[in-house]
Amino acid sequence: MSSFFASRIGIIVSGAIIGALAALLVLWGNPPNMGVCVACFTRDTAGALGLHRAAPVQYIRPELIGFVFGALLGALLFKEFKPRSGSAPIIRFVLGFFAIIGALVFLGCPWRAYLRLAGGDLNALLGIAGFIVGVAIGVFFLKRGYSLGRSRPTGTAVGLVMPAFALILLLLLVFRVSFGENAPIFFSKSGPGSLHAPILISLVVGIVAGFLAQRTRFCTMGAIRDVIIMRDFHLLSGVLAFIVAAFLVNLAIGKFHPGFAAQPIAHSNHLWNFLGMVLAGMSFALAGGCPGRQFFMAGGGDGDAAMFVFGMLVGAAFAHNFNLAGVPDKIVDGKLVVGGPSIWGQIAVIVGLIIVAAIGWTMREK
Amino acid sequence: MAKVVDARGLSCPQPVLLARKAMEEGEFPIEVLVDTGTSRDNVSRVAQKAGFKVKVEEKEGGFVVKIEK
Repeated sequence: MSSFFASRIGIIVSGAIIGALAALLVLWGNPPNMGVCVACFTRDTAGALGLHRAAPVQYIRPELIGFVFGALLGALLFKEFKPRSGSAPIIRFVLGFFAIIGALVFLGCPWRAYLRLAGGDLNALLGIAGFIVGVAIGVFFLKRGYSLGRSRPTGTAVGLVMPAFALILLLLLVFRVSFGENAPIFFSKSGPGSLHAPILISLVVGIVAGFLAQRTRFCTMGAIRDVIIMRDFHLLSGVLAFIVAAFLVNLAIGKFHPGFAAQPIAHSNHLWNFLGMVLAGMSFALAGGCPGRQFFMAGGGDGDAAMFVFGMLVGAAFAHNFNLAGVPDKIVDGKLVVGGPSIWGQIAVIVGLIIVAAIGWTMREK
Repeated sequence: MAKVVDARGLSCPQPVLLARKAMEEGEFPIEVLVDTGTSRDNVSRVAQKAGFKVKVEEKEGGFVVKIEK
């Protein structure tokens, strides 16, 4: 069974299942072209916890909780649960922080970039192009010896931090815990945060995706990286299956609408779609995995990946507290108003590019 | 004596890059030490794809990926 998941057919089947489920989640209630978006869902979760107060994007997303539980399950069943940490955790936090700022300027992580494409949102092409450039820059640093150093095996508690955090989030969600008037937990009444599939469906899809991804090492960044580094198409075949399956499901359920302008929860500000995802791609490449993969690794006991996830959570809060995130296109009086990031979002991307490049340049294996 | 490449604790894709470097240097057999299933699978796949024989053994909570011509 282990060899099936490691095989080419294993990752293609798994990628297709995850892609199809992601597209179906929109039918079941998730926001358009956002069946699964690790960055957006981290942002929604940050909002639900009151770490930012952007009312339309506040909801504890059970898919992410499922990611952690599914990966934990896969790791435990196949004796791969290994608590480990110590590979420059604070740098991983910083990479997570800037990865999500870049992603939220574009309005989606690589997962959603692929899903947006599968839904006909052609702005995703700019985002994916930027993402590929970002990953290529990461590969450049890797080839000249970039390393965050070695992690070490450590106590079980380190490996259980992320599963415990996920469990607490699940309890807060299920019991809709309120900490007082105008206090968390917040649930959006309108906007993307108000659109969600039933909790149980989202959770189960997350667990299935987490399990399959833990077994197959599905990674939306590694897919690009491995092709650039060594023409290895293994992970890419999983991602292509993910996109094709989501596309076919979208066709079947009438959710494929090709075009650039006024796509759902997206903007057609091409330059910043591109640059935001350059920043995200670089950050994911230097952290060794896409945002989904960071959740899966954290569920499997990797404390450094958990630091990356917490970096994303804090980055998402900053993105909305400081108006860094991209604003979607709007139609006002029949005219298209192109969205995109504010000047502060643009500055954040530039600063992020400089800091992440500095990390890539200076962190070398001794 | 096998050439030993210690890739334990390194993030993706460094174990694969180190294994590839060793394969390019051409000194066989090579023993790549890894500590996660992911690295074991990745190193094995890349070595097999390059046309080498691969054997995996468990050792001290990790794995030894043995690469031979």
